[in-house]
Amino acid sequence: MDPRLTAALVNAAVAVVGVPAALVGYILLVEQILKALPDRLQPRVRPWLWLLPAFAFLAVFLIYPTIQTIARSFQNRAGTEFVGLANYEWFFGNNDAFSSLINSGIWVVLLPLITVGLGLLIAVIVDRVRYESTAKSVIFLPLAISATAAGVIWFFMFLWVPPGQPQVGTLNGALGVFGAGPLAFLQVSDWKFNTVMLILVMAWMWTGFAMVIISAAYKGISRELLEAARVDGANEVQVFRAIVWPLLLPTMAVITTTMIITALKTFDLVYVMTGGQFDTSVIAFEMIQQFSFGRADRSAAVAVILFLAIIPVMAFQIRQFRRQEAIR
Amino acid sequence: MTAATEGTRLATVGQASGVSRWLRRLPLHAFVIVLMIIWLIPTIGLFVNSFRTPQDAASSGWWTALFPPEALSFDNYAYVLNRQGIAPAFLNSLLIAIPSTVIPVMVAAFAGYAFAWMKFPLRNVLFLAVVGLLVVPLQTTFIPLLQLFRPLGWNGEFIAVWLAHTGYGLPFAVYLLRNFMGELPREVFESADIDGAGWATKFFRLALPMTIPAIAALAIFQFLFTWNDLLVAFVFIGASRPDNLPMTVLVANLVQSTGGGSQYLAAAAFLTMVVPLIVFLFLQRYFVRGLTGGAVKG
Repeated sequence: MDPRLTAALVNAAVAVVGVPAALVGYILLVEQILKALPDRLQPRVRPWLWLLPAFAFLAVFLIYPTIQTIARSFQNRAGTEFVGLANYEWFFGNNDAFSSLINSGIWVVLLPLITVGLGLLIAVIVDRVRYESTAKSVIFLPLAISATAAGVIWFFMFLWVPPGQPQVGTLNGALGVFGAGPLAFLQVSDWKFNTVMLILVMAWMWTGFAMVIISAAYKGISRELLEAARVDGANEVQVFRAIVWPLLLPTMAVITTTMIITALKTFDLVYVMTGGQFDTSVIAFEMIQQFSFGRADRSAAVAVILFLAIIPVMAFQIRQFRRQEAIR
Repeated sequence: MTAATEGTRLATVGQASGVSRWLRRLPLHAFVIVLMIIWLIPTIGLFVNSFRTPQDAASSGWWTALFPPEALSFDNYAYVLNRQGIAPAFLNSLLIAIPSTVIPVMVAAFAGYAFAWMKFPLRNVLFLAVVGLLVVPLQTTFIPLLQLFRPLGWNGEFIAVWLAHTGYGLPFAVYLLRNFMGELPREVFESADIDGAGWATKFFRLALPMTIPAIAALAIFQFLFTWNDLLVAFVFIGASRPDNLPMTVLVANLVQSTGGGSQYLAAAAFLTMVVPLIVFLFLQRYFVRGLTGGAVKG
């Protein structure tokens, strides 16, 4: 076996066996130490020691770096001088960077709209057929694969060759049947068309997510309630508007916030499918782009802008969460 | 669907004859079936293309390969596995995903247990703060973490990715496990108290076994997330250790470097999907439970 592989396997064995053993050992050690403490002190100290590993990870890998990044965004390229808002001025003054913000805006509007809208429609409709679970599995399947794989799958869907030759891409092949096309998907800069195409790929991946959760909430609605409304002469549209819609609304609100965050964080698909070309860049991509250009300062500013965009969504999610806690 | 709901639905339809009922429901079936076809076609296209010769794939659409059937072969798979470094990358993906799943699940179980069953000041505030961290974008953490790892020599190594994934996965993991553990019956713990069981015993003998459904869901979720991850591996392993890269980065680079022109792209992409698809098909129930448990109560 080559030494690199051996080293990797040793590493993995350490992480899979060694780290859990260490963590279990930590808890057992904590309890031994607590026994030495006076009885009155034990319940006060214990929670903090049980929480310590989690808090340590959160502090080192989320809180500390976020604070550092915010500070970094006010510094120059080398990180030696305070430059005020210069990096932010660059972002809002630069056409390419600003266009990534516009594109992210389109993502934030369209992705939740499509996924939650379609998810609701599918959840309510497949509830009426006997092969519901098969249909749901099919819609849900793309969520299990990576954005990289999805990008390659849709690469073959969008494939374009100059007119006159046989179109080998699925969509252009289908358009050809109707005598239309071929359309140069993801090939030329065109008014936001390419961004919308990428959003459709992401919607193909995430509609199943919205559907599964909405479906679970839909099945939680009492069948007797729906039947009673129908017996009273309400038609399906009225039943939906008066009962189903208001009862599903809280669930859809939560999924919408999740989808907004997903839209804002989108990086993989853009990286794989267009590399940010043809007017498809988004803020999460721009952040990595600037970083690979060696502009940690600008990259940090873009990351902070991304963070700021997420804060209102976070506030909403926490409020929603507290409301759930209150019901509990 | 349960027999009971189907029964009530039949009752509302009344005594309509089978044929007219079937006709009335035709648009419904047509909608669902067309939807399933639309959702499956992209993947089927890739699947068919992954077995075609490069010449065939470049000269005609994948749908022509079925009627009449073309000569299909495993040559593309053999090629990417032997020549393109996909086989070691497959191993790397496993070496990244497994520890990145095990560590956060364990750490979150300790914290979830403490949040659910121990009393301490600021408990709810701290728990809310953890939930709040759920939406910190990974992007804001990269630059400082790379600087932090540099003196340790961790950049390019698996450990950087393991620890980063642990940090990123913890907020959701703590949230899910705390909620599930909070629902466990109090009586079980009280009778254990009477028997003189310590906190560690109650955790390992009672809380953990009863939390297995949630832990399974969480582990599947985290495994798929880390297996499918491109960004974290791209940033922390990146170009400094190409031999440590997982499949996602390798395939993404294959698209980038060849403009999607690689003849073997379809096979390579399908190989990255094998593990998630197996996990999904066999453990879908737990996966769905994890998702719905995280978003809606019950």
